[in-house]
Formats: sequence, C-alpha cells, structure tokens
Amino acid sequence: MSATGRIDVSIEHKLAAPDDAAARKHPNTCPGCSSHYRDDELAGHLRVCPQCGHHFPVRSLERIAQLADPDSFVEDETELRSADPLEFFDLRPYVERLAEAELATGLGDAMITGTASIEGHACRLAVMDFSFMGGSMGSVVGEKFARACEAAAADGVPLVSVSASGGARMQEGILALMQLPKTVCAVEELRDAGGVLISVIAHPTTGGLLASFASLGDVLLAEPGALMSFAGPRVVAQTTREKLPDDFGLAESNLRFGHIDAIVLRPELRSTLARLLRLFGDHT
Amino acid sequence: MSTEAELGLRDRLAKLSGVKLLRGTKLSAELERLQRQLERLRTDTSDEEIWRRVELARHQDRPYTLDYVERVLDDFFELHGDRGRLDDHAIVAGLGTLEGRTVALLGHQKGRDIKERTTRNFGMAYPEGYRKAMRVMELADRHGFPLVTLVDTPGAYPGVAAEQHGQGGAIARSQAAMARLGTPIVSVVIGEGGSGGAVALAVADRVLMQENAIYSVISPEGCAAILWRDASQAKKAASAFKPDAAHCLELGVIDGIVPEPEGGAHTDHAAAAALLREAVVSHLAELASIAPDELKRARRAKFRAMGVYA
Repeated sequence: MSATGRIDVSIEHKLAAPDDAAARKHPNTCPGCSSHYRDDELAGHLRVCPQCGHHFPVRSLERIAQLADPDSFVEDETELRSADPLEFFDLRPYVERLAEAELATGLGDAMITGTASIEGHACRLAVMDFSFMGGSMGSVVGEKFARACEAAAADGVPLVSVSASGGARMQEGILALMQLPKTVCAVEELRDAGGVLISVIAHPTTGGLLASFASLGDVLLAEPGALMSFAGPRVVAQTTREKLPDDFGLAESNLRFGHIDAIVLRPELRSTLARLLRLFGDHT
Repeated sequence: MSTEAELGLRDRLAKLSGVKLLRGTKLSAELERLQRQLERLRTDTSDEEIWRRVELARHQDRPYTLDYVERVLDDFFELHGDRGRLDDHAIVAGLGTLEGRTVALLGHQKGRDIKERTTRNFGMAYPEGYRKAMRVMELADRHGFPLVTLVDTPGAYPGVAAEQHGQGGAIARSQAAMARLGTPIVSVVIGEGGSGGAVALAVADRVLMQENAIYSVISPEGCAAILWRDASQAKKAASAFKPDAAHCLELGVIDGIVPEPEGGAHTDHAAAAALLREAVVSHLAELASIAPDELKRARRAKFRAMGVYA
C-alpha cells in the first residue's frame, strides 16, 4: 500500500499535545498508523510498515544489504574523514560533532561507496546515511561521490546512488556549497565517458542534494512518501506564509509534476534496479 | 604548474602574508595576483569586518546587474523567457558587446523600489529563471560567445510553485549546463551569493567576487536559526562561516577579488562598473585563446578539486 493510502487520524491529532509529540515517538513506532514494531521485525519487512506501508528510514549498510547480492559489496574509500577548514564553532565545535557522529553511527561520514552486484549486474553504489549529521554533504561526501563516478567510468559499470540528506553541511561553509558543482561536474564526466547514473531518492532528500547529483540521474526513482524539495516545508511556510498542500515536496507530488520517473516500493527496489541495469546494458 | 609546486608556493605565500592557508585546496588564479590580493586584504577580516561586508553586500544602493550592464556592455539586447512557461524577472539575460566582441550576459536582478522589488522577486529566481539561463548558456555555446554572469541573490525562491516547477532539479541542471560549455565563462559575485541559487550561475572558468560581496552556503540568518536556534545570532553565524571574499579566496573557492571604490560600490556606480569591467575584460582575454575542450576540462577539474578532507 502506498503512503497516500494511510488511514486519516487527523482527528486524534487535535487531542494530542500541541508540541511535536511525533518527534518524540519511538523510532520504531509508525508515524503513519502508530503500530509499533520490534527492530528485527521491522528489519525483516525492509523497514516498511506491514500495516500501512509507511517507509521508515534505512541506514546505509542495511540499504546495501537490501539491494546488493549477498557478499557482493566491497566498500572503498573508508579512510576519508572531514577536516575542519573553518574551525567552525556553533554551540559546539564541528570536530566534536564529527567525532560524536562517528561514534554513534560507526561511519566515517554520511556516504558509503563501493562495488557490488544487483541480481548479478555489476555496479558501483553510493549510499547516503541520514543518521550521520542529517546526511549532510560536506567535502567528504562530495569527494566520495566524485570518486564513485570516476570508478564507475573506469570500470565501465553503472553507478547507483541512494540519497538521504538534509542538504549541504553548514559547518563547512562555502566549501560545502562547492560540493554541488563538484558532484555535478563528476556526473558530467561520467556522462562523457558513456556512464550511467541511476538516482534513488529516499526520505528526505532536500536542499543541496536535490540541487546537485541526486537530480541528475539518467533515471530518477523515489521511495513512497519521500520528501524531496529544495526548500523544506518549514522554510517555505515561514518565508512565504503560503498554505502548503498536503503533499508538499513529496515524491507523489514530484511524480505528478514530472520531476521523477517512478515511485518504487521498497520491496520492489532491488528488482527494479536490476531491470534498469539490464536495460542500460550489461558491461560485465 | 604541478599541484605540489602550487601547494609549496601557497605555503610560502601564507608565511609572507601571515594568512592561514589550507593544504589540499587548490587555486587556479595566477599566484602573483593572489599574493597581491592577500597582502592587501590580510588585515581586513575581523568579525566586525565580515559583518560590515554582509551589510554592504545587501546595501540598498548597491549597483545591481542592470546598473552594470548599462555601464559595461554596449548595444545590450535583453532576451526574455524560458521558452516553456514564463519570463522570470529575477534573472536578466541578454547579448551585448564588450570591447567590440559579442558576449552573453546572465545576472540576478534585485529591485530598487517596492514595485520593482516585487517584480524582481528580490532577486530570488524560480526554476523558470534558471531555465531561461540555461537556454542562453546554450545559445552562447552555439555561437562561441563568452559568457559573463553576475551573481546577486539571497537564494533561489523557496515557494510552493517553485518546488512544484522543480527548483532543485533546475539548479542542478543549470550547473551541469555550465560544466558543458565550450565557451569562456567569467562569473562575478556582485552582492549576495546565496547558496544554490547563486552557484547555479557560477560554475565558471573564473569566479570573482567584489571586495564587499558575500558568497555562502546559507544566509547568516538561516544559519543562526538552524544552528543557534535564534535568527538574531546572524552576526555570530557570519563570523563562523566567513562568507567574505578574502576567506573565499583563501579557501580556493574563487579566483580573484574585484576592487570597489573607497567606501563600497554603492558610493560610486560608475567607478564600481569601471573596475568590474576591467576585471572581466582581463580574465576573458586570458581565456580567449584556450580551446573549448580544454576550457571544459580545466573548469571541471577546478571544481572537482574543491573541498578539504583528511
């Protein structure tokens, strides 16, 4: 069932506490229908709510396990770490936030790259992880993606990216913004080499990600209910005082307006990617 | 010049000027020019100074794109519309001559009075604006016209219709279009270089900033609202992410700084335009003899190298 087929529980929201109670819900409680799951139960369902079809976020390694053939994934560029060019300090130093994110997630940064095969089709994967500083793109994410493009071109295999990101990493200032043209240029080089980019857009993909490589796939796929907007709903509401449509920035709205090729349910994502890899031609 | 030699020279320059430079960032500007500029600007980057530049970049009397167009280009003919939906007035496009040669021009346009500000949407473009820009980029490429872009926007417009019309994708494709051009591109940030809406017009062979322009990943207010949860901390945010020209040059993000008249560009539009013209002409002259494929290769390599990591 798609996310739009949810049961309407808005009447209950009126009785709920006015502060964002939803944000404090347990991560395994479905925001769509309030069903609650054990973690292994949810993982067994590819983190899709069996009751209402809500797609929960998926961490990068789990995503790779869902998509790649067993034991086919070999991670590369594991040593890259963010520097702190601006010696950025907001409420806490950037280096402290980085260290904390690495400890909490076990990841070096917000993207994992490597080689894999999907139903026997060789490819490169570049998968983002929202749990590392909101999946924000700084120099490391930009560099990893650029290297993934170059590796895909060198190997003559397609590149599959899965994005989940709040946008550019503010703590890296203007250099974070420069990751937009950097990844865009990398995609252009891949294209000139005859390469293929398939971009999967997961919830949420906003800001700088949507304004760079995530929008440049030869094929754009999105997960149901994924927010994909350049400006987030809160920013738009505050800046323009416009009433936002219920499906503002969602994959469903983007499909209607012609910005993506398809919405793919998570259980079908693997086979859909395999089909596309086949259509674009096996290079193996 | 090899990367190693360049880094060595940057280190020496850093010692000379007393400005902290970063290993791992690359600069394609000629090093002599860099040295002159660093020496001139090294004392100029205190927190107060950064905030003063933010204010100057947004000054209501600061010259906008069309103020420069009328002083820098001859025989300007404006091109309208994205050939699909409408004409976005937040981005100006056209053809004109510079030193007797036809060039294509693109620039964000802010408004001077309330009526014009509304028409120009405060320089915040819709996707249609970027599609108009792409159309003109391709036109320039077809005819071998050098492209000059003037960047001055708080950001791309964050609105419902803008999202429905594909704001993110338009910004991505505008950058991709610039990465494909075989014609020389010079971009100058003349005021606010606000985030994706700015970089959409700034994937250039030479990216320059005026002395009092800013170029940033997010507005100081936006950054403060998110990281400090208080938009009034904008000054603090600006000094943390350093959007001023000197820091952008130091980080290898821009290739040069265009001087302004004493007191800022708003004090003397004609003088500011003359200085801008001089910079654009000299950079275009340097790029004129480079073959299209080499331009494209070097431009992509320049952006490919941006970033600092360990």
